[in-house]
Amino acid sequence: MNPTRRSFLKGGTGAVVASVLGFDLKPAFAQAKELKIARTTETRSTCPYCSVSCGIIIHTIGDKAKNVTAQVVHVEGDPDHPINRGTLCPKGSSLMQDILNERRLLKPQVRRPGSDHWEDIGWDQAIEEIARHIKKTRDETFISTDSQGRTVNRLESIAWNGGCTDTNEFNYLAVKTMRSLGVTYLENQARV
Amino acid sequence: MSNGPLQIKAISGHAGPVPGRDASRDYDVCKLVDVTTCIGCKACEVACLEWNGYPFRETVFDNTYQTMPDLAWNYYNLIRFDEHVAEDGTLSWLMRKDQCMHCADPGCLLACPADGAIVQYSNGIVDFQQEHCIGCQYCVTGCPFNIPKFNKETKKVHKCTLCSDRVGAGLEPACIKACPTGCLHFGSKDDMKELAETRVRQLHEHSSHKNAGVYDPAGVGGTHVIYVLHDKDHPERYGGLPKDPQIPLLVRLWKGPLKWLGNIAIAAGIIGVATHYLRFGPKRAEEETKGEPK
Repeated sequence: MNPTRRSFLKGGTGAVVASVLGFDLKPAFAQAKELKIARTTETRSTCPYCSVSCGIIIHTIGDKAKNVTAQVVHVEGDPDHPINRGTLCPKGSSLMQDILNERRLLKPQVRRPGSDHWEDIGWDQAIEEIARHIKKTRDETFISTDSQGRTVNRLESIAWNGGCTDTNEFNYLAVKTMRSLGVTYLENQARV
Repeated sequence: MSNGPLQIKAISGHAGPVPGRDASRDYDVCKLVDVTTCIGCKACEVACLEWNGYPFRETVFDNTYQTMPDLAWNYYNLIRFDEHVAEDGTLSWLMRKDQCMHCADPGCLLACPADGAIVQYSNGIVDFQQEHCIGCQYCVTGCPFNIPKFNKETKKVHKCTLCSDRVGAGLEPACIKACPTGCLHFGSKDDMKELAETRVRQLHEHSSHKNAGVYDPAGVGGTHVIYVLHDKDHPERYGGLPKDPQIPLLVRLWKGPLKWLGNIAIAAGIIGVATHYLRFGPKRAEEETKGEPK
């Protein structure tokens, strides 16, 4: 059947009138929010926070082409990892903020004795000063034997407290260093 | 949900049950919160914030370990900490994950006057569509669990979406995935009810919680978030979980009989006006007589 111009116009007008008069042709599809990880690159990694070492998946946008800097959009547990099987603790769940956080400290700072504020300091100067303080304190207060003459080789005048976002590997090095100095008052979150 | 192949429910001339029938679990989803294994780590709170892209915020100290006293428009999920002293003097520390219950008969949806602002998906998720929200906050009145929260700046109401975006893509909600103790479970409503009953039996047999039970209140048609409680007769101990939640009577009246009464009154008014016009004709201005000089 070949529609004539007249019958086409008739039919078309009828359809328009019908749709205006109460035939809602739009299907009732759910307006669910778009899945924000639908087009991300998944990179498997390990949570750096404690020695449990949960498996994580880091979701980034950007395809890692040469001229692209990928951006982390979401981090969640790796369901295939035998340790956590997809779960994460509250710290692990906030891992995205380990990367994207305006409060990240990006340079060394020092708070002098008696001071009420932090001031910027160069890396070289910071390391130099820390080394000097440690050397001086350790030379003055190192305890090699206790009151009964037993060898103890400990250093009670220095304490080490690791921060909550120190990575597992960093804490490993910190413990090695502090133990080699004889520090006994030693705590960090990799002890979990 | 909607993007998968269609599941066949019945076949003509086919002997035996339909192959694969009821195998699909995405029609009626459910979250199971086993409060007996919650340790209050708040991983679900953080995962919820992270997924929904809301900022991590300063907490409000209220003499408990609770992050803050109540939910907020950008804080869908809160662990409520409550200390309960039993008659024999023993202390129990109760923790309950508080969020939208996704009622089968949602009071918010009933109360909402804005077209399309609150929708209930076929899998049971009740979701707010902020672009259609008119900010009247009737949903706050309609909710028996005090869940929807108003954003004063945008004049929109927000609440837990049960991660409808994730569930739509076949993933579990963010809170469920994070939970390290396995206190949270996700699946079909039937499976979760079965799992809850199994856990309750365990508690009856192997613990002192002889009154443990499942919280799935019938007053709102059942919920798509169900709890396993230590003591099913006292849900109010868990941060005021209502024992028998009901949609407020006023909302029911106002959206039910009163609405029809109102419609009838409008129709009767129009009919009355028309009848009056037909019977007495239009009202004419009276002749000015008083002010005229005699």
